[in-house]
Amino acid sequence: MKYSGIWILAEQDGGRVQRISYELLTRGRELAEKRNTDLTAMIFGHDINADDLQELIDCGADRVVAMEASELEHFLVEPYSACMLRIIEEYRPEIIIAGATSTGRTLMPYVAIKAHAGLTADCTVLDIEADTGNLLQTRPAIGGNILATIKTPSHRPQMATVRPRSTKPAAKQPGRSGEIIRLEATADLLTSRVRRVGFEASEESHSLQDADVVVAVGRGIKKSENIPLMQELADALDAALGASRDVIDRGWMSYPHQIGLSGKTVTPKFYLGAGVSGSIQHLAGMQTAETIVAINTDPDAQIFNVADFGIVGDLFEIVPVLTEKIRQVKGNG
Amino acid sequence: MRIIVPIKQVPETNAVRMDEETGTMIREGVEAIINPLDLYAIEIAIRMRDEHGGEVVVISMGPPKAVKALREAIAMGCDSAVLISDKAFAGADTWATSYVLAGAIKRIGGYDLIICGERATDGDTGQVGPGIASFLELPVASYIGKVDSVAEKSCRVHRLVETGYEVLEVDLPAVLTVVKEIADPRLPTLRGKQKARKMDIPTWAGGDLKVEPDKLGLNGSPTRVVKIHKPTVARNCQKVAAADEQAVEQAVDQLVAFLQGKDLM
Repeated sequence: MKYSGIWILAEQDGGRVQRISYELLTRGRELAEKRNTDLTAMIFGHDINADDLQELIDCGADRVVAMEASELEHFLVEPYSACMLRIIEEYRPEIIIAGATSTGRTLMPYVAIKAHAGLTADCTVLDIEADTGNLLQTRPAIGGNILATIKTPSHRPQMATVRPRSTKPAAKQPGRSGEIIRLEATADLLTSRVRRVGFEASEESHSLQDADVVVAVGRGIKKSENIPLMQELADALDAALGASRDVIDRGWMSYPHQIGLSGKTVTPKFYLGAGVSGSIQHLAGMQTAETIVAINTDPDAQIFNVADFGIVGDLFEIVPVLTEKIRQVKGNG
Repeated sequence: MRIIVPIKQVPETNAVRMDEETGTMIREGVEAIINPLDLYAIEIAIRMRDEHGGEVVVISMGPPKAVKALREAIAMGCDSAVLISDKAFAGADTWATSYVLAGAIKRIGGYDLIICGERATDGDTGQVGPGIASFLELPVASYIGKVDSVAEKSCRVHRLVETGYEVLEVDLPAVLTVVKEIADPRLPTLRGKQKARKMDIPTWAGGDLKVEPDKLGLNGSPTRVVKIHKPTVARNCQKVAAADEQAVEQAVDQLVAFLQGKDLM
């Protein structure tokens, strides 16, 4: 049987559709136009807000397939993968795209094995190969030092994850219509050997990805005792504090602060990095920021290649002066 | 309990240099190390064994030289090791890699937990841990930041997600993938190194596993790399030097003016 159609995995939390879903609609819509086919959003959950499902249509989906059950309220790999495999069997999607979230990064490989599908993680560019119709998936590889373009010539579906916040979410377009299908999540799909027995919310890590201003600490900070210097700058700018992998690996800050390929992607209006050299691993997580400012002693540091404004000098001399100056300006403003 | 830890030998990525002409990695002179994120898996496995008894078996799929990574893991405190190596495995993507590792784990058998690092620092996919679980028909709990308790038939863990930590109860046997905050990896001890040097580490090839030859290596891989290129990054950086105290003042004033011009203050 033929595989056709572009599908995205929409995500919900507490019954509300999450931002990543709309980012995937932006990606999916582009591919659907190029491939001249339909775009469908699949979603698993419990008591999903009906207006939110309609909004998926308004924002670019031609069809929504929702599977709902109390067992699907939160992500659990076994019921979610059973449901996705059920959809693959029923609808034969040619392409499935999910967010590179804690859900997508776990669910997609689990499903791809069973479907014998090709899966590419963390794609930054998705395109359709003109003559074959294959999905072309471009991603950073080898610590972000190169970009590799990957395709899946003879297995279907073609599956890919894309980083959250690597695309703008799709906007509502007036007058769109589409079908919302409720596919039954039968009991045989819902068994799980993992149970969610609690949840502890953390404010801190969330704010990094949502922040309009991010201050990042690099290895140039030299030791953990110097972190407060950067925290003061972040506070003066009303910014979230992040760090490069080197800083996290040395234990100077905790893992939720890590910006980069193996940490978080941030797309703030303003990013300021001090003592950050700009390994491609780090750049992969911040180079889409609107304005980038770098402070580094090395005039040839890679970070300056992606920066709009750079100060070549010692952060220990510059940062205290900068913090004070910002306080003055803001105090008067 | 028996814990299996699959690890990968990777190039020390901080030292990676690229051949500008071909866009490929220059491997000469680059040290091969245990994937740094696998050290956390090894550490938590050793701690769980020390607390609950049993053994830690470390395995790696790779070329013959990957035995060095296994000896390092033994030196840290793992009990035994198996190298899974065969020319037929070359070019494997995450599907074919998970397939072979799952085949080796089946042969070892009798396991309670399989603990993987979050991802390898060279491939950076994070797909092999869940992939192994899928082949073995086991549940997987990914991004584990803390193991709260271990009982005979289940364990309780904290899973790091975007908004906080899920507390999960996981039936055993299961696959866990762990993140950095789970435990600080120990350094190998002198006694450990001596033990590692003497240890007999068997090598299993495709023929030693119940695997189908057409599902191995490049032939068994659904994905193909079609192009490699260097990322291009370019913005016009307005660069100012701040070599002395006066220059620092000037540079900071310029930066503040720049930010005010962009309405960022």
